[in-house]
Amino acid sequence: MCLGVPMRVAKIDGSEAVAEIDGVRRAASLLLLDEAVEVGDYVIVHAGFAISKLEPAAAQETLALMRELCAGDGAEG
Amino acid sequence: MNYLDEFRDRRLVHGLAERIRRLVSGSGRRMTFMEVCGTHTMAVCRYGIRALLPPEVRLISGPGCPVCVTPSGYVDRAVACSRLPGSMIATFGDMARVPGSTSSLLEERAKGREVRIVYSPLDAVALAVQNPHRQVIFLGVGFETTAPAVAGSILAAAAKNLSNYFVLASHRTIPVTLQTLSADPDLGLDGYLCPPHVSAVIGADAYRPLAEENRLPCVVAGFEPADVMRGIEILVWQVAEGRSAVEIEYSRVVKPGGNRKARAVMQEVFAPFDAEWRGIGVIPGSGLRIRDGYARFDAERQIPVDVEAPREHPGCLCGQVLKGKVAPAECPLFARTCTPEAPAGACMVSSEGTCAAAYQYAPASIP
Repeated sequence: MCLGVPMRVAKIDGSEAVAEIDGVRRAASLLLLDEAVEVGDYVIVHAGFAISKLEPAAAQETLALMRELCAGDGAEG
Repeated sequence: MNYLDEFRDRRLVHGLAERIRRLVSGSGRRMTFMEVCGTHTMAVCRYGIRALLPPEVRLISGPGCPVCVTPSGYVDRAVACSRLPGSMIATFGDMARVPGSTSSLLEERAKGREVRIVYSPLDAVALAVQNPHRQVIFLGVGFETTAPAVAGSILAAAAKNLSNYFVLASHRTIPVTLQTLSADPDLGLDGYLCPPHVSAVIGADAYRPLAEENRLPCVVAGFEPADVMRGIEILVWQVAEGRSAVEIEYSRVVKPGGNRKARAVMQEVFAPFDAEWRGIGVIPGSGLRIRDGYARFDAERQIPVDVEAPREHPGCLCGQVLKGKVAPAECPLFARTCTPEAPAGACMVSSEGTCAAAYQYAPASIP
């Protein structure tokens, strides 16, 4: 059931958004989100609802850490 | 950045696997971790994660597929409902193919019953609005990622004053289930790779009792292969250092406190109860039932129906597979009389089932 994928918010109309990924557009209700979203934000959409916002800074940090670990000396990350 | 491709970078996956190998090599310490998320099960097989892990590190699949852990009696009840004149079953796709004792919803559809596959429970509410003379019964299956959405659909139906929308609820919850599994001496678990989107809702803090009281490392990892490998690496570090803590690898989506609004909606409509898990039995407090205040939407209370006595396929070992005690290839039916085209049990049918994953991606390389 965990079919949630990160989708980009393309349009917002009150509590309803249109989110898209790879050209596919889906309606996504914002009624379960406890944070504000704007067009251009990424959200995890599951069963027609946005359930979480994706934090770009955290994504960059995770990626940077993984890259550093893979280039590094084996010490704990 | 589309937040997918970057985390599928093979160099990262291999680099992290190499770090795990260096950590454990020569230590002689074997460790067993369990993932409890159907999408993790699929990702692990699709990306060949197990083949990259050193032999000291074993990753087993637990009951992470909500369709698979739903008792066959639920399918039988849904089948019986589909046979009622004027009813329309609305369901997620994989539920439609699960074999009940004598039939499945897909078979009933072939016989002319109204069974509609939907992506969202809100689609089922729309069906109720569009078909005022039909009882629309939505099959509410899923963990805490899905339960808030189903709760949201009941609130939407209430706001529209619908009298023909019902939910046959069979939701189950994760944390108390992990507690039960951790008490099983046969499993010998050293930690959990925790489900990413369940955790986005319930928050990583939900696993603190497991880490602090059961002394089991709990790492919330994303679905992409680099996330999975990094999650396993963090688990291995914790075991190597004798620590047990909750850590979030999937920090771009999961917070310690989770999504309070989604939980509030879920708790408004649902209350915990003692649910049966296929293959495991009853786990106290592990299910969600519709509260009395929303009883008018509860298909179980509102739509009486005769349900046949449940029958499992003889030889089906789904129960053992779901607990991580038997690997798919160890089931005598696997890939012989049980295939995706002709499944004997839910583990082979569901898009997230352990056996379906093994069959599709790695029939020869199951641990």
